[in-house]
Amino acid sequence: MDKVRIIEVKQSIFADNDRDADKLREELKIKKTFLLNLMSSPGSGKTTFLKGIIKRLKDDISIGVMEADIDSDVDALAIKETGVKAIQLHTGGMCHLDASMTRQGLEEFGVNDLDLVVLENVGNLVCPAEFDTGAVKNAVILSVPEGHDKPLKYPLMFQVADILIINKIDVLDYFDFDLEKVKAYALMRNPKLKIFTVSAKTEEGLDDVASYLKAEVLAWTK
Amino acid sequence: MHELGVVFHCIDQVNSIASENNVKRINSVTVEIGEVSTVIPELFEDCWSWAVKKETVLKDAKIKIEKIKAVTYCEACQKEYPTIQYGKVCPYCNSERTYLIKGNELIIKEIEAVEV
Repeated sequence: MDKVRIIEVKQSIFADNDRDADKLREELKIKKTFLLNLMSSPGSGKTTFLKGIIKRLKDDISIGVMEADIDSDVDALAIKETGVKAIQLHTGGMCHLDASMTRQGLEEFGVNDLDLVVLENVGNLVCPAEFDTGAVKNAVILSVPEGHDKPLKYPLMFQVADILIINKIDVLDYFDFDLEKVKAYALMRNPKLKIFTVSAKTEEGLDDVASYLKAEVLAWTK
Repeated sequence: MHELGVVFHCIDQVNSIASENNVKRINSVTVEIGEVSTVIPELFEDCWSWAVKKETVLKDAKIKIEKIKAVTYCEACQKEYPTIQYGKVCPYCNSERTYLIKGNELIIKEIEAVEV
């Protein structure tokens, strides 16, 4: 009979990923690259929003976009049309990116000449929230048709986010979406959350997000 | 369905703990999974059984899962209640000023290693 011994661990399963993510953030600070992790449900308008932001910022700062999807490259192609560098990462069936996948993507992408890299995470409000990617800031987009109860249903996502972008406000009249409620629910999860209301389609509110982002990027890369 | 990703991270960490402790074989790994951790224990177990087959130190390791009940605390009336049953709103005073005190854990508790 083999002798066994118990090793007490008491350590979070995410401990190694969290360490890796902190290291990646330090490396990005040295490289003067700001990584923004953009998360949302599928169909919330991430790519359209991003195109609007790129249009406003690309003359002032150099931007790159990493599109993470389980498959396909439609988003990367759409971003390339804006004239910025884009790469498609395939997660091979995984529903999220972790810090080491993000690092691999960044290495392949080459970020030395980029001030801002946007990581468009897999469309999903659950799994990406669990894994710190090493991003400087986390942003979540919530669109009006999804409903104002989402911060209650997906608490972790709104807890880890630094920025909440409420998109598609041009269709507010057609949905039972309570703007004040959604803000209150989200702030309950995270009192420091910075909230913007926009319509990526009509471009309402995008100027505010763009100038906020630009200031954040310049502060990080100076 | 991010259990597989979680399992991979768990395996990576157990492997590095094993090598730090000079362990060649592991009988079992005990993990604590909170009720509202977003990980489904049954799926975690399935992913584990599939993933350890490709491992060496962990090849025959069983997974033992201990579930942790989720408990929410109400700031308004200072009572605690089960999260799964009542969610965000306190069943005693109807307040929404509540927060989770436990139940979102994903922890490697202990490893049963074979001495050689």
